[in-house]
Amino acid sequence: MNAILEMRSITKTFPGVKALRDVNLVVKQGEIHAICGENGAGKSTLMKVLSGVYPFGSYEGEIVYEGETRRFDRIADSEHVGIIIIHQELALVPLLSIAENIFLGNEPAKFGVINWSQAYNRAKALLKKVGLKEPPTALITNLGIGKQQLVEIAKALAKQVKLLILDEPTASLNEADSDALLKLLVEFRNQGITSILISHKLNELAKVADSITVLRDGTTVETIDCHSEKISEGRIIKSMVGREMSDRYPQRQPKIGETLFEIKKWRVEHPIHAGREVIKSVDLHVNRGEIVGIAGLMGAGRTELAMSVFGRAYGRNVRGEAFMDGAAIDISSIQKAVAVGVAYVTEDRKTLGLVLNEDIKNNVTLANLPAVAWRGVIDDAREQQVANRYRTSLKIRSSGIFQRALNLSGGNQQKVVLSKWLFAQPKVLILDEPTRGIDVGAKYEIYTIINELADAGKGVIMISSEMPELLGICDRIYVMNEGRFVDEMPAAGATQEKIMASIMREYGTVQ
Amino acid sequence: MKHEATPLPGSEEAEARAAVWSSSLRDYGLLFSLLVIMGFFYFLTNGVSIAPLNLTNLILQNSYVVIMALGMLLIIVSGNIDLSVGSIVGFVGGVAATMMVGFHMPILDVDVKTSWEVAVLVSLVLGALIGCMQGYFVAYARIPAFIVTLGGMLIFRGLTGNLLLGQFVGPFPREFQDISAGFLPELTNIPALHALIGDSHFRYGTMAIGILAVAIMILSGLRRWQRARAEAMDVEPFALFAGRTAIFSALVLFFSYQLAQWKGLPEVLIIMLVLILIYAFVTTRMTVGRRIYALGGNRLAAQLSGIRTERLIFLTFVNMGVLAGLAGLIVAARLNSATPSAGLSFELDVIAACFIGGASASGGVGKVMGVVIGAFVMGVMNNGMSIYGLGIYWQQVVKGIVLLAAVFIDIYQKNKG
Repeated sequence: MNAILEMRSITKTFPGVKALRDVNLVVKQGEIHAICGENGAGKSTLMKVLSGVYPFGSYEGEIVYEGETRRFDRIADSEHVGIIIIHQELALVPLLSIAENIFLGNEPAKFGVINWSQAYNRAKALLKKVGLKEPPTALITNLGIGKQQLVEIAKALAKQVKLLILDEPTASLNEADSDALLKLLVEFRNQGITSILISHKLNELAKVADSITVLRDGTTVETIDCHSEKISEGRIIKSMVGREMSDRYPQRQPKIGETLFEIKKWRVEHPIHAGREVIKSVDLHVNRGEIVGIAGLMGAGRTELAMSVFGRAYGRNVRGEAFMDGAAIDISSIQKAVAVGVAYVTEDRKTLGLVLNEDIKNNVTLANLPAVAWRGVIDDAREQQVANRYRTSLKIRSSGIFQRALNLSGGNQQKVVLSKWLFAQPKVLILDEPTRGIDVGAKYEIYTIINELADAGKGVIMISSEMPELLGICDRIYVMNEGRFVDEMPAAGATQEKIMASIMREYGTVQ
Repeated sequence: MKHEATPLPGSEEAEARAAVWSSSLRDYGLLFSLLVIMGFFYFLTNGVSIAPLNLTNLILQNSYVVIMALGMLLIIVSGNIDLSVGSIVGFVGGVAATMMVGFHMPILDVDVKTSWEVAVLVSLVLGALIGCMQGYFVAYARIPAFIVTLGGMLIFRGLTGNLLLGQFVGPFPREFQDISAGFLPELTNIPALHALIGDSHFRYGTMAIGILAVAIMILSGLRRWQRARAEAMDVEPFALFAGRTAIFSALVLFFSYQLAQWKGLPEVLIIMLVLILIYAFVTTRMTVGRRIYALGGNRLAAQLSGIRTERLIFLTFVNMGVLAGLAGLIVAARLNSATPSAGLSFELDVIAACFIGGASASGGVGKVMGVVIGAFVMGVMNNGMSIYGLGIYWQQVVKGIVLLAAVFIDIYQKNKG
């Protein structure tokens, strides 16, 4: 097979940092080519070089595409020849329809007048191709994230894509949606469309990829041909981190005490659609020193439950009782929840967790400023001590506590958000997808922190869409579906199949 | 920009130092621009622009812009805007004037005439109430600040007109005028010192205060810098620190010397300086200041960190109302009368001062010193162009260009860095 794309000895330098060093990438015509590597390995930078975000001349090396040397000065140049990149953060306009989004900037028009009937017909055809059963007139804002992803792909197809690049497409998808997306890629392969897939989910890569290129510290480690050797997750991890990771979850001897935090008959209604119950009578408890997981599919109501508990940050008409150490507590506002020792670490660190424009120090102390202040006056020295302490103990990689949160990698941003809530001295921490979109090494560090919190006698409630992770570090797992807890099991002896079975059983009874 | 790479060994520190340099240079770039503009008008007006009388006027003319810019900074940092401040200046000034001059209260059928102290107190409370009202609509009713204060701008301008019935109301008691026209009593009034110094027009007291201020500034700055270095915090390079302190000291000494040659230290300058110090302290050292910046930087994250964002927004508007009320008093005292057009389009000068001073329209960014310098950039230009005799319409053109250029340079630097 011929190569559709060859990137030869690409080197990209930022002031003081060499992001890419002599990176080589060969993608064959009609294959699914996976790129993996830890955060900061240079995956996104490489794709930005390819797509023209970093114009020709700002990097060294050569890009050969379809047999010709190419010089892309802007994204439009690469799109023009059929290279389309779909970013992790989707680029859709929420209040426009599916069809309007698909043809945004590419409208079927004469003299600037859009031919809507043609647009809708073409949109219908494209939606059928990607397997999305929605009318082209539906607004993006009413679609789930999985469906939005499919709209992005339809948009790429509308531009006559030859090389489709997906940056972490399944990071925020549930298992069913992820599977559907991967199946779609395989179908594209059969039609001759080449894909580059960037992902942290190694099991998926092993399933669909024809070849895998591994990057580490801005250089190419190797390209693995998946057809000539058997690929296992362990094999990829070893290549990514440069050593064998024998254990992906740190060991811990649980010392579980009496009940620490409890909610009973917790009911929440949708914030806009009054009367529609999103959480339907949930009972939950967590003991001292215990890590409790909440498993479930996207849309099961896990984040909604967590945020409604955290000072009614979500929903309306929140009813139910809450107890800390056996005594009834008032958690009707965020201030009250924090005061009684509840902390919520958000799944969406960029929009809900961090003030990106401010430095590590200011973010770390934000939720507990009075602890570094006297009568409203901040003690600079003490504040910096605190920030430095967390920077060291959580291993936040940065040039110092004055580095802005914006410039940190995902894993380090997550550690800053964690630091903020650790400094608030909570008794109970609700962690919502604490390892989303961060690499294997940083995940291990986060797990270690979670273990330490439990060992310190705190109660940890952890929401995650990655079942192996829940099985790996939790003591007990609740299974949630459609606003209810449908099952509860000790993690020892639980399996992914068992969890999926309880979710599906629930579907069975509903239908 | 996200650098997706592990830094090379040794580059972290260099990068951090470069960042400190570039951020410092951006701050001092503004101060430098002010000096250049002053120099420009010095030559254009053959030195008149920095003559003692004119410098005194410059301060008197700009005090209310600076004072309102302090409140506007907090509002802009929190991600809002206030277009009504000019109208509040007019309205509060009108109310104060009517109270002091006397009016007939129709319902009780009595004539009311109050002392200037009561008028001042009522005016500040009135400013706060106006702030409460607008703050309520912005913070709790969640109406965009642009709309709320656009309404306020029309309402209070209209109320001013109704109140004053198109007439000038004045004059005011001497004590009230002194808010804006008064000067600090001179040392030569003290007999013993008078004997020592003799008859002199030179205000030694003013000069002494200037020297004292410079001494305090240098010593405290030096101590902070040393402590920061001792605690291994990121500090600006000594050359920058020294250069900045030298420029500031020279400016203060020069201003004091010039003022001492005229009538000495204006009282309004003291009000202004005290307020600048308070707001600088609140924004950089106090929890409430930090929270306003966090709120403007990311409202949702601030909310989920347990910060009462609504109350904070409400308070920034109350604060703005009080400062606008104070500015209204100063303007009325300076003109010795209230007029229906007092404060007209002041909001534009105040907002422009904030943006020239480096505040970001999207919130979360801006410094008190920047805004003060920004206000003086506007003031020096207004004043210089008037002396030079440039037509009022051309003045507007020039100010618009300078505003655009300042923000363009700021954003250009940020994108580049």
